[in-house]
Amino acid sequence: MECCNKRRMMKESPESNFMNRRGSSCFPDEVLERVIGMLKSRKDRSSVSLVCKEWYNAERWSRRNVFIGNCYSVSPEILTRRFPNIRSVTLKGKPRFSDFNLVPANWGADIHFWLVVFAEKYPFLEELRLKRMTVTDESLKFLARSFPNFKAISLQNCDGFSTDGLAAIAADCKNLTELDIQENVIDDKNDNWLTCFPESFTSLEVLNFSILHNDVNFDALEKLVTRCKSLKTLKLNKSITLEQLQRLLFRAPQLCELGTGSFSQELTTQQYTELEGAFSNCKNLNTLSGLWVVTPQYLPVLYPACANLTFLNFSYAPLDSDDIAKLLVHCANIRRLWVVDTIEDKGLEAVGTHCPLLEELRVFPADPFAEGDARGVTDSGFIAVSQGCRNLHYVLYFCRHMTNAAVATVVQNCPDFTHFRLCIMNPGQPDYRTSEPMDEAFGAVVKTCSKLQRLAISGLLTDLTFEYIGKYAKNLETLSVAFAGSSDWGMQCVLEGCPKLRKLEIRDCPFGNAALLSGLEKYESMRSLWMSDCKVTMNGCRLLAKEMPRLNVEVIKEDGSDDSQAERVYVYRSVAGPRRDAPPFVLTL
Amino acid sequence: MEKMVFEETELRLGLPGNNKKKNNEKKRGFSETESETESDENNNSDETSNTTVDLLLNLSSPKKEANKNNNNNGVVAENHSSPNNNKEKNLLPSDPAKPPAKAQVVGWPPVRSYRKNMFAVQKSSTEESQKNEKNNNNGNGNGSFVKVSMDGAPYLRKVDLKNYNSYPQLSDALGKMFSSFTIGSCESEGMKDFFMNERALMDLLNNSDYVPTYEDKDGDWMLVGDVPWEMFVESCKRLRIMKGKEAIGLAPRAMEKCKNRS
Repeated sequence: MECCNKRRMMKESPESNFMNRRGSSCFPDEVLERVIGMLKSRKDRSSVSLVCKEWYNAERWSRRNVFIGNCYSVSPEILTRRFPNIRSVTLKGKPRFSDFNLVPANWGADIHFWLVVFAEKYPFLEELRLKRMTVTDESLKFLARSFPNFKAISLQNCDGFSTDGLAAIAADCKNLTELDIQENVIDDKNDNWLTCFPESFTSLEVLNFSILHNDVNFDALEKLVTRCKSLKTLKLNKSITLEQLQRLLFRAPQLCELGTGSFSQELTTQQYTELEGAFSNCKNLNTLSGLWVVTPQYLPVLYPACANLTFLNFSYAPLDSDDIAKLLVHCANIRRLWVVDTIEDKGLEAVGTHCPLLEELRVFPADPFAEGDARGVTDSGFIAVSQGCRNLHYVLYFCRHMTNAAVATVVQNCPDFTHFRLCIMNPGQPDYRTSEPMDEAFGAVVKTCSKLQRLAISGLLTDLTFEYIGKYAKNLETLSVAFAGSSDWGMQCVLEGCPKLRKLEIRDCPFGNAALLSGLEKYESMRSLWMSDCKVTMNGCRLLAKEMPRLNVEVIKEDGSDDSQAERVYVYRSVAGPRRDAPPFVLTL
Repeated sequence: MEKMVFEETELRLGLPGNNKKKNNEKKRGFSETESETESDENNNSDETSNTTVDLLLNLSSPKKEANKNNNNNGVVAENHSSPNNNKEKNLLPSDPAKPPAKAQVVGWPPVRSYRKNMFAVQKSSTEESQKNEKNNNNGNGNGSFVKVSMDGAPYLRKVDLKNYNSYPQLSDALGKMFSSFTIGSCESEGMKDFFMNERALMDLLNNSDYVPTYEDKDGDWMLVGDVPWEMFVESCKRLRIMKGKEAIGLAPRAMEKCKNRS
């Protein structure tokens, strides 16, 4: 109202002409940008950009972070044209099933060309977060010298680089605050990359090199930790001994997140006491991980630090039920817990008993390929956790068999699941008590958990599971399917019934062309579809590609396989057109 | 039709256990071109008790799976009602006293390689584990090319082991590579009932056409399929597809155990 009045009053002034010409918006650009600039949420920014041209422009000029869930959905040119002022880029590359060797090497998702464009358009780039991309040492070196303000690099599930690349980052990124290398395939050349941080360098806040398997130069590490007073996250690798850990903790009692090294060494009584003291000195510790090769009798040194822990990642520490029970007694504040199934049901009972605030549980298999009667966790452990931890909303559970009744009980106890990932490790395993399919289990999940966003199903499943999903899972965004379903109808149910579906990944299911094509209208509203070892043929894919030109329909061909079948299909929307860098085994139809 | 032709040219690798296993062998090849009716109907529950010396490379579809339980729970009745359970089985060589190992499907269970390696590593000595990890990491990005020779074939081939994730995949690739050289009939008269004794094994080896073997880092010639895939890739220096008769000198685990038992 006020602004409109202003317009009328200032009709004669040059300013008013200016404002009138600019149409609906009454605010100068700078103000609009300031306001919109305060929006952090991607969804909000997306909505804002659709209001009108002025708002679109204000949004694009004020945007500082961009998240690209599929690096091939857009090109660096298009990105930089729309958003001129980006400081932080997050990019995801390969389809998720590449984690499980279903995508051949050299498939793509190479960061290099992006960096070349960024060097020109975003010289002030500060942060780069990559997942499942190929990153070479050359790229890392290029990055280190192209962006003077560079602060944070996080590489998750990437491949293609070595510690040479890390050395370049350490040497040349003078303002680095974060170096986070997680679960990558990295060539550890056992050189002294840590020594490349200059003596004058003090800005580091996050350092994670836990996946490296060679020794690092401990002297350099200790000096680095000592002079970086803002260090909050330190995740060490296995080579760091308990004694070395104690020295580091002594230097950095301010740590919030700690990944220990190997937790096994012969300690004298004094060393033990010192270590315990070091842990009790860390008053801010909220996250603990690492703990490779654990000697259980040293676990008590952790107890003083446990009270404040909210995230405990023991997923590489194969403890047994007694060890975990004794530890968890001290961990009443845990919100997120990752464990190995060596703790068995008894250990999960301890979780249920001692961790009432638990929100997320992940149980990983110690021995996924075990023969015969391997141990692990079962339905009773699952129920036990759900009984004690009513706030549970995220679960990843690997087991060898399950029952429909148990799952139904679990979701009854915890109806707020947003992420439900159940992996029954034997493909096609039915309910082991009733020998029925596991349809009712997942039916119970989708019926009860209305907030469900992510679902991974397993076990013996017919189309009925998919009918349930399509009918009830209205908030579902990500669905992972393996060895399930009876016919095309199953996949159709999901495509037609789940309005918010963004990512669908399927392997080894009897879904064919009819199923694939039933989603014709749907795929443009999704990020991607993956189908491998299903019944889709090349003709079906060609038809899809023809009908939907704005989708990239890619088939990964294996050598010497039947030419009419499309063994691995990857479909995704893109404004960048077909890939320019596709290797010979990727056919874009 | 296609299927028939394929059978004739099929390279049979491994020790045909019995009729049932022979049927498995037939199934090796293009899983997609084979009808699902050629299912495990021939594999009745006897198979589970006949454990076996079957090599992993035993001619099953590269993709599949094999849950022995599938037979037992009666779900795999008809082809269309159940998911891909009808695909052929891969059988790991295993101790006859234990139930047969569940075969490894590519990328299943969905556990990241990094995590899989973590525990395998913790089981072995630290030193060895560091060595393994180092080799694994150094190998990435480089090929793992090994020569493959087949007895009777005029020339050798080379394969990059890193292109494959499992024994069945390798088996399939090798089969295709050498299919033109296979001679003789693939249908040998196996024994209906397979008794785990040395003599039976000898007979079978005699009847078997080809056996895949490899030379490891120590220079020893080993039977393919005994060790986990990753370990095999690390240690394999070259492959040789031997005639069954010549492979008798190699002692499969089961044979040793036979000897121990009798």
